[in-house]
Formats: sequence, structure tokens, C-alpha cells
Amino acid sequence: MLAKRIIPCLDVTAGRVVKGVSFVELRDAGDPVEIAKRYDQQGADELTFLDITASSDDRGIIFRIIEQVAEQVFIPLTVGGGVREVQDVRNLLNAGADKVSINTSAVVNPQLVADAAARYGSQCIVVAIDAKQVAPGKWEVFTHGGRKATGLDVIEWAQKMQRLGAGEILLTSMDKDGQKSGFDLALTRAVTDVLEIPLIASGGVGNLQHLADGVKQGGADAVLAASIFHFGEYTVQQAKQHMAKQGIEVRL
Amino acid sequence: MVDVAIVDYGMGNLRSVYQAVRKVAPHADVCVTDDAQVIANAQRVIFPGQGAMPDCMRELEARGLRQAVLDAAHNKPFLGICIGLQMLFEHSAEGDVPGLGVLAGEVLRFDAHMKDAQGNQLKVPHMGWNGVKHGDHPLWAGIAQDARFYFVHSYYVKPREAGGVQATTDYPQPFVCAVARNNLFAVQFHPEKSAAAGLQLLQNFINWNPV
Repeated sequence: MLAKRIIPCLDVTAGRVVKGVSFVELRDAGDPVEIAKRYDQQGADELTFLDITASSDDRGIIFRIIEQVAEQVFIPLTVGGGVREVQDVRNLLNAGADKVSINTSAVVNPQLVADAAARYGSQCIVVAIDAKQVAPGKWEVFTHGGRKATGLDVIEWAQKMQRLGAGEILLTSMDKDGQKSGFDLALTRAVTDVLEIPLIASGGVGNLQHLADGVKQGGADAVLAASIFHFGEYTVQQAKQHMAKQGIEVRL
Repeated sequence: MVDVAIVDYGMGNLRSVYQAVRKVAPHADVCVTDDAQVIANAQRVIFPGQGAMPDCMRELEARGLRQAVLDAAHNKPFLGICIGLQMLFEHSAEGDVPGLGVLAGEVLRFDAHMKDAQGNQLKVPHMGWNGVKHGDHPLWAGIAQDARFYFVHSYYVKPREAGGVQATTDYPQPFVCAVARNNLFAVQFHPEKSAAAGLQLLQNFINWNPV
């Protein structure tokens, strides 16, 4: 049967992989190409790169990184950050990305999701949603790296993105991100249950049981994590073995 | 004359396929082309595809590549990938369009309400790594039974004849994920994104000399 996916996430700025807690105290985690190769060898199912570069002057760096990774790593690569128009999608795909993740721009201009999906296929359009709990069982969509409230309900928004042609939803809990206390399982479950397309859970992973919980309790089709892999706490292979022991189908 | 022509009809990104073929055949002359003459002269042809079938068929026609692809599918080592598999069949439910009709059968959509053994809903598209139960065709050489390959698709092929089926995958019912006939081999998954198993299959295609 289809395996649940483990996706290491690489936040990239100025040509380096970094990781911070809620976008502050960025800590250097190394060279993105080397890290990508390491995760590939460990059995990562996909890789996600988020370009968190603030200055548009440095945008070229992510293209060179993706080109280099794509020459050496033969698993799906997703790239997000700064995607504003269909041309941006095209440029990233041409650099070697297999999927492009759209976050803020999907809110600013939902038609971008529809246009990009129509042109390049739903399989390469991931819509990333940053969610913050506003009431019991209720979450709001935030944009601009979590700084801006939109008034949009996460569940309705995810369904709308599916209708417009998203092939997958990357759902990050802002409340949990960087806390290492596990995914927001209620959020994950609430969104995956209304979707026909796959859901990637993100935000909050601090140990291997959190990954298993995201699948078993949250109902996620894939789990994304950054810091537990970057700083050598665990390998992707250890994560998979931990999940397999609990009866979760994984690619070992 | 190129060794491997990757057919470019403007749909999606063919760079991954190109990179993977370069990896397994570093000395081969590999090109991504929309030139019917280059395809006609190539020793081997790879026919990939992404996106929606109606768009793919329309672009193939618009670029004047239909006949070159049909010829290649009948007379030289030919590898279809994903939509490149689906387009070989007679008809697709995606947009209710005819395909190239090289193989007998149709392309159908996964049911939206499938459940796994635990009762969880199975998502469509079928996306991720799934096990492949394969036969003994030369393109499977060195690839373990039930090896996982990377899939992403909402439609699957249903051949009318069982003879050409070279592999199946469960989601949750078995569906056909590889077919072969003479010089032709075609797969639903993406070998170019399937790590070691995928590279092995591409290597086997490069080395394949069908009689």
C-alpha cells in the first residue's frame, strides 16, 4: 500500500539552511546541497525547500541550489517562498523543482493557484497554509510568514484551494511551530477529513512519536519536520523505523 | 543522431527525466526535443507527461509530433511515463478524449470514496511511494519485488488485454502500473523521481535491446 511520507524541510537563506524558533534566532544548519544528499541517503521520501530570503536580490541563489540538488538527488523536490506569479512557478520547475509551494500569494491572488494548476498540472501545485487557533475547533489563515491575519477560516480555505486545483495542502500550525511539543493534531484531523487531496502536517515536531501521531491521530498523508533532522537528533531512517513499529506503512 | 530523445510537447518539466537519464547514461547523447525528425532518428525515445490528458493530446497534435510518437512506439525502444503511458490507450475519462490508441483499453479515474483497511479515506491523487508487483520483463532486472516507486496521478489505465501487463500496484485494489509490447514499455510511476529503483529501471531501458 501507499507509504506515509517523511519530508525533511530546509529553510534556506543566503545560500545556507537555517532554522529558528518562530522566525527568530536563526541557527545555521549547513550547506543545502550537502544536507539534501544526506537526507536522500537516509531515505527521505521528498524534500521541501523554503526560500526565506527577505531580499529579492538574493533570489538567484535558490535557483542555483535547486539546480545542483536536482542533478544529484532523484526524489521529488518542492520549493516555496516568494512565488507570486505563474512565471515564478515556471522558473522553479525549470530549475529542477517538481512541485512549487504557494502561500501568501494564494491569499492575495487565488487565481494564481488556478492558473498555475491549469498550466502545469495539479501534481506540482502545493498550497501552504499557516494556521493559528482562534477558538476551540476554529483556526484562521495567516500570511506573510505568520505576521498577517486574513480573516479566512482554515478549513474553508483548504477546500477552496482544492477546488481551484491544488494537488496537496501543506498545513503548518503557527501555535506549534518551533515548540517541539508535537503537531496540532485536532487541526490536522479537521482539515484532512474534509480533503480529497493529500495533506502534509507541519509545525511542532520534537521527537519521533510526534511524527507517528501526526499520521495515526492527525490522519496526515505526509509529515514534515526540520530541526529534529538538521541537528543530528534523529535520522530519517530512525523516524521511519519508529513509525513502522507502530504499523504505519513507510518506505524503508 | 541522438541516443535518447525525450519528447517535449510543452507539458510540464522534463528536466528531471533528462537529469536522471544523464545520471544512468553519462556518455549517451540525450536531448529533450520537439522536433519530429530528431525523434524519428533517435535510437531510443522516452515519452513523459504531466498535467491533464486533453491538454497533452492537444499539444502533441499542435506540435506535429503525433506521427513521430506513433512511429517510435512501433519501431524502437520506447518508454512511456505517467501521462505518457495513459496517452497510449484508446480513450481517457479525463476530459473524455481519445488517446493515441497504440494499446487497447481505457483510462479511468480513481473513485473519490475509497477507504483503506483501517477505514481511512484514500486521497486522490494517489501521491507518494507505493509497492510494485512486477513480472520478469528485462526492464525489471535488479529491481526487488514490491520495490517502491513514486506515483502521482488521479487516473489509471485499464488495458483490455491482460497479456501486456508488466506490473500492478494496490490502491486499494490492484491497478496496472506497467505495460509492455514488443519494443514498448510504459509505466504509471515516475522512475526519474524514484531514487535507486527508478534509476535502475532507466538504466535497464538504456541497455534494452528488444528483438
